[in-house]
Amino acid sequence: MSTLEIRNLHVTVETPEGTKEILKGVDLTINSGETHAIMGPNGSGKSTLAYSIAGHPKYEITEGSVTLDGEDVLEMSVDERAKAGLFLAMQYPVEVPGVSVSNFLRTAKTAIDGEAPKLRTWVKDVKGAMENLRMDPAFGERGVNEGFSGGEKKRHEILQMELLQPKISILDETDSGLDVDALRIVSEGVNRAKDNTGLGIMLITHYTRILNYIRPDYVHVFVNGRVAEEGGPELAERLEAEGYDRYLASA
Amino acid sequence: MTVTDHTQATADAAHSHGIVPDSSRADRVVSFDVDAFPVPTGREENWRFSAVRDLKPLFADEPADGHLEWSTSDLPAGVTLTEIPVDDAVVRTVRAPGDRASAVAAKHSGGAMVLAIAPNTVVDEPITIDLNGAGGDVRGHLLVEVGTSAEATVVITRTGTARYSELVSVDLCDNAGLNLVLQQQWDADAIHAGEVVARLGRDARLRGTVVTLGGKVVRLNTSAAFAGEGASVDLFGLYFADSGQHQEHQLFVDHAVPKCTSRVTYKGALAGASARSVWIGDVLIRAAAEGTDTYELNRNLVLTDGARADSVPNLEIETGEIEGAGHASATGRFDEEQMFYLRSRGISEEQARKLVVRGFFADLIHEIGVPAVEASLMKQIELELEHVEEEIEDE
Ligand SMILES: Nc1ncnc2c1ncn2[C@@H]1O[C@H](COP(=O)(O)OP(=O)(O)O)[C@@H](O)[C@H]1O
Ligand SMILES: [Mg+2]
Repeated sequence: MSTLEIRNLHVTVETPEGTKEILKGVDLTINSGETHAIMGPNGSGKSTLAYSIAGHPKYEITEGSVTLDGEDVLEMSVDERAKAGLFLAMQYPVEVPGVSVSNFLRTAKTAIDGEAPKLRTWVKDVKGAMENLRMDPAFGERGVNEGFSGGEKKRHEILQMELLQPKISILDETDSGLDVDALRIVSEGVNRAKDNTGLGIMLITHYTRILNYIRPDYVHVFVNGRVAEEGGPELAERLEAEGYDRYLASA
Repeated sequence: MTVTDHTQATADAAHSHGIVPDSSRADRVVSFDVDAFPVPTGREENWRFSAVRDLKPLFADEPADGHLEWSTSDLPAGVTLTEIPVDDAVVRTVRAPGDRASAVAAKHSGGAMVLAIAPNTVVDEPITIDLNGAGGDVRGHLLVEVGTSAEATVVITRTGTARYSELVSVDLCDNAGLNLVLQQQWDADAIHAGEVVARLGRDARLRGTVVTLGGKVVRLNTSAAFAGEGASVDLFGLYFADSGQHQEHQLFVDHAVPKCTSRVTYKGALAGASARSVWIGDVLIRAAAEGTDTYELNRNLVLTDGARADSVPNLEIETGEIEGAGHASATGRFDEEQMFYLRSRGISEEQARKLVVRGFFADLIHEIGVPAVEASLMKQIELELEHVEEEIEDE
């Protein structure tokens, strides 16, 4: 049982126009086995929240705390956060030319576990996970995200999540830009990981469609750098019908 | 990160970066007469980024007493290695030297070595020539002659130390194919100025790879000239400069006849405060060279503060009737997003750096096409990476 606790998180970035506050006091608690949908309009700060938790150097935490099972996440380096059990499936996964997917996966697994995985089971695990995500085995020899289509990149993110077995996973618009078939495949992967490991999930999304495939326990409406409203799955249905206008007007 | 990418460059020299050359590349002096080249001061167009002070001994118009120890793999049938007098070498060399060091090397070599592949001979195994220096001044002149429709791979590796100047002539007869690998694996104090001049006959194919990892100063200039239609050159280069190393590679591809293809791909990494690299890539498409297809690329990865990479692509085009002509040059630090991505998967900063550098070179290494060289190169890059970590700790 793990708990990610975000308290009064304030985050700024440097822009050409000066320092800009993007997160303005975020409170959120995610436990193992729970799925929290974070829904909000473009530019509301969802990716900033995801990156800040993962430790991206562009974002400066000016106030608040993030802990994982009581440990101060903000004190950890980027790789320490991953080793502590956090995972970020990125909205725009980065290409790393010349580094093969299989080498990357093995290196990451070894780093997270602190020891190299047993070769035979590892090869089998990777093969099985790729099959489940309908990824051609040839992906293993390609450069990380190099020339991948949008959908392939997202599947590759979920592949990593399944293999690295984090405690808490942040999925930043993993559904965006996917057709329905790909969405179903990716969602199955997320549900599988949750069933297998009791993963806690922060499911950042712009659209309600993915919620037909991944049932959220909680829905948080994210507007202008903070959580504007919280509720159960019924809140998503309301957003579906009404959109974000109601929140934007008052923001 | 600065990137220039001109897929269709103009016919003048206006987009050469930095100093605009005063004249066409075609007008550069070439001569076997040492006196045709004044001793370089560092102000000349082709010496302005060079480590002229260290190279000084290589400009002296006098014989040298040192030599490199040759060890050569067993030569298969149809392949010979012979020594010829200087006068003969001058006649058989495909083009006169383009600078003083090279002219001095040809004049004072004391005799040139000729590696000849007989016409129609196809050699499967790489021919390897190891040149080891035990110090001192050395002048060398080597000719590689590949007969009509012959094919071979030649790997020349320099080790040890010397103050070495050389001229390498590469003569590809019609339809010949050569994969030539030149490895600079010198000890840390070696000084090396070399010029490779290649001529390609009709339908000939040259794949040339330069690997520069060792030495204090290495300046290795490669010129390839097309003498017959339908020929192609692929020139690859890989270099890794640490503190105190100055590595310079100049290229000149001379498209003088129609329907030839050239690709130039050089990649370098630099680590350490005084690490220095220079890349100058000149491509000339003469009026007669219709249907030319050319692209040149130089990328530099600057791993620490203080290291400096100069990259100057020049494209001169005298005909509009070409297939394509372009160049790209990019010099940058580690990509922050790549590092973040890798580290967000638990990979340590040090290991992420190594992955990125290996990845940076990986495609280039796989282009060499000589498995033994590729494997040893991966190992050497690993060693370089260990140095990088030391440099970064020192920062
Ligand atoms: N690195 C950055 N530099 C400058 N502005 C940024 C940066 N990251 C985010 N922003 C700005 O912060 C706001 C929130 O962005 P983001 O977190 O990407 O929102 P969302 O993911 O909800 O669309 C936007 O106005 C965006 O332009
Ligand atoms: Mg976003």
